[in-house]
Amino acid sequence: MAAAGFFYLFAVLAVASGAMVILAKNPVHAVLFLILSFFNAAGLFVLLGAEFLAMLLVIVYVGAVSVLFLFVVMMLDVDFAALKAGFINNAKIGALVGGVVLAELVALFSYRGLALAPTLSAASPIPAASSGITNTQALGDIIYTKYVFFFQSAGLILLVAMIGAIVLTLKHRAGVKRQSISEQVARTAKALEVVKVPSGGSVIPAAKHPEAAE
Amino acid sequence: MDSALLHTILPELILAVGALALLMVGVFSSNGEAAGRLVGWLAIAVFVAAIIAILEQSGVSSVFESAFVSDPLTRFFKIVILVAAVLSLLLTFDDFGRIKLMLFEYPVLMILAAVGMLMMVSANDLIALYLGLELQNLALYVIAAFRRDNIRSSEAGLKYFVLSALASGLLLYGASMLYGVTGSTGYVAIAAASRVPEMASNIGLMVGLVFVLVGIAFKIAAVPFHMWTPDVYQGAPTPVTTFLASASKVAAMAMIVRFTQAALPGISGEWRQIIIFLSIASMALGAFGAIGQTDIKRLLAYSAIGHVGFALIGLAANNTEGTAGVLIYLAIYVGMTLGTFACVLAMRRNGGNVENIEDLSGLAKTDLTYASILGMLMFSLAGIPPLAGFWAKWYVFLPAIKAGLYPLAVIGVVTSVVGAFYYLRIVKIMFFDDATEAFLPRENKTSVVMGLSAAFILLFVLPYVGGTLVDAASAAAAVLAPLQTL
Repeated sequence: MAAAGFFYLFAVLAVASGAMVILAKNPVHAVLFLILSFFNAAGLFVLLGAEFLAMLLVIVYVGAVSVLFLFVVMMLDVDFAALKAGFINNAKIGALVGGVVLAELVALFSYRGLALAPTLSAASPIPAASSGITNTQALGDIIYTKYVFFFQSAGLILLVAMIGAIVLTLKHRAGVKRQSISEQVARTAKALEVVKVPSGGSVIPAAKHPEAAE
Repeated sequence: MDSALLHTILPELILAVGALALLMVGVFSSNGEAAGRLVGWLAIAVFVAAIIAILEQSGVSSVFESAFVSDPLTRFFKIVILVAAVLSLLLTFDDFGRIKLMLFEYPVLMILAAVGMLMMVSANDLIALYLGLELQNLALYVIAAFRRDNIRSSEAGLKYFVLSALASGLLLYGASMLYGVTGSTGYVAIAAASRVPEMASNIGLMVGLVFVLVGIAFKIAAVPFHMWTPDVYQGAPTPVTTFLASASKVAAMAMIVRFTQAALPGISGEWRQIIIFLSIASMALGAFGAIGQTDIKRLLAYSAIGHVGFALIGLAANNTEGTAGVLIYLAIYVGMTLGTFACVLAMRRNGGNVENIEDLSGLAKTDLTYASILGMLMFSLAGIPPLAGFWAKWYVFLPAIKAGLYPLAVIGVVTSVVGAFYYLRIVKIMFFDDATEAFLPRENKTSVVMGLSAAFILLFVLPYVGGTLVDAASAAAAVLAPLQTL
């Protein structure tokens, strides 16, 4: 009973905050709702017994991705009002198409019902609590053995994403002042000079500092 | 790692490790332009090494709990894909070199896209299929937008990204349905479930099938999921369009062939209806949509849509000859496409590349070889014997007639006659219209690709060329035969 109550709490909040992500006028609020939505999804994972995924969701998505979103939204000067100008017109068509597809799916499934294949094995992918194997261990047992191909492919996809982001955004402009650590380290003492300052006089050579000569 | 596993995944391994190594070569070389060319040539070497590794393979083997298979069918597709990749990379050097865009990342991204394509071809599991698809797509979005200072190229990349992401979402939804109903993502288990008699009317299986096919239909640009094609083909740099139209299309077709025949043989009646619809709609739109086009790349995009429709006829037949027909069609189509886009790349005037069909006016008077090759390619695309394009259609129409799909074959013939109109219009413009300003001299690499393509389509009738290809395709298609009869 308590589990069902929590399920509905998390599910309703997740859907409601998901809706607010796209409806909120202020983009910063949208990102905050996104974080709320992630937290509720993490709650759903806990109810399913997948606490490792719940932790990942909070650490990776809330801790890193959403904060990054927040930074991007605050740093980029994007006019969201202008972006949303055509939204209402498109939203009507989108809602119509989405509504038709949804109605069709609901009609189909309520008419015929969702039957599972007789060949389906009902084994739960999550080890029972009594087995003493934790969620994390169960994942670790298969991800580098049974699913190593998928794991490595996912790694290649992330590599492509990284190369792509660099190729499409990095600009090698001439005349940009960058910090060059190797040059700084290689500087010798010649950069500094100890001079004797006569009392009451100046050591600034007139040629090097034209503004001082004026 | 045991040697059987290593042997099975060696081509992909060569490409993936090669991409990582070339990335290092590029990063640590100081001269950007020279590094780009060096990495480009090394990438061609990597592709060739992978082709050799594929030719060394034999028999049927599946690894990673049957998620990845290697058999004559996958090897046929993989060789076509890699040859297309080599030739489209060859076309890149001069074109990108001229606008100072030959960066080392480009060949690396092409290799990574090819790894994705090879994984799509070998995928025998929904997760493997999706990962291969995304690896390919992500690399393709980036190279479509590679000319980032050009608004058309950025638009093409963005459009391709947004629409493709939507299609991937639909595909994933379908895959989740299939998993939910059958309890497995592997094709073997899904096929076993689909053969249970009462599953033929299972709603979950059906919805899953429809959504996955929608996702794949987007990737092969079949009507009604073709909207992105003309814009992306036109906007992306021409060498990238070449790669998209050849290698990427073959990989997606390989995916649809294996998904329908190996994962869902039990409900072939259901998916054949969808394939027949996609085929008819694509052929019709490809034929009529191209008529009003003035830009040659847009015209070729519509032509590509039509040709996908023709290739799907073979799949709709759902027999070994039909599958062999799809393979032959794709191999010939890739041969023609590479040549045609090489011709488009050669359309250069002092102001840069031109893309209007009118610019070809009177080409026969200024460069007869060029005009003859492009003319021959157009005749071949239209399907006029004895050129290769005719035989491609021959090998897909015949199995369709054998399978009793007369309306489909008749519509195919009618649309190819309609399509012949705009192909022949280009021939007419080149040979009978008044000459305009001549194009700049052709570059060597472009001429090589044009020549290879022309030789292929012209010599296809010879038993040594066409016969070898047809035999290889038949042997490859026979792999799926046991699945069709069950």
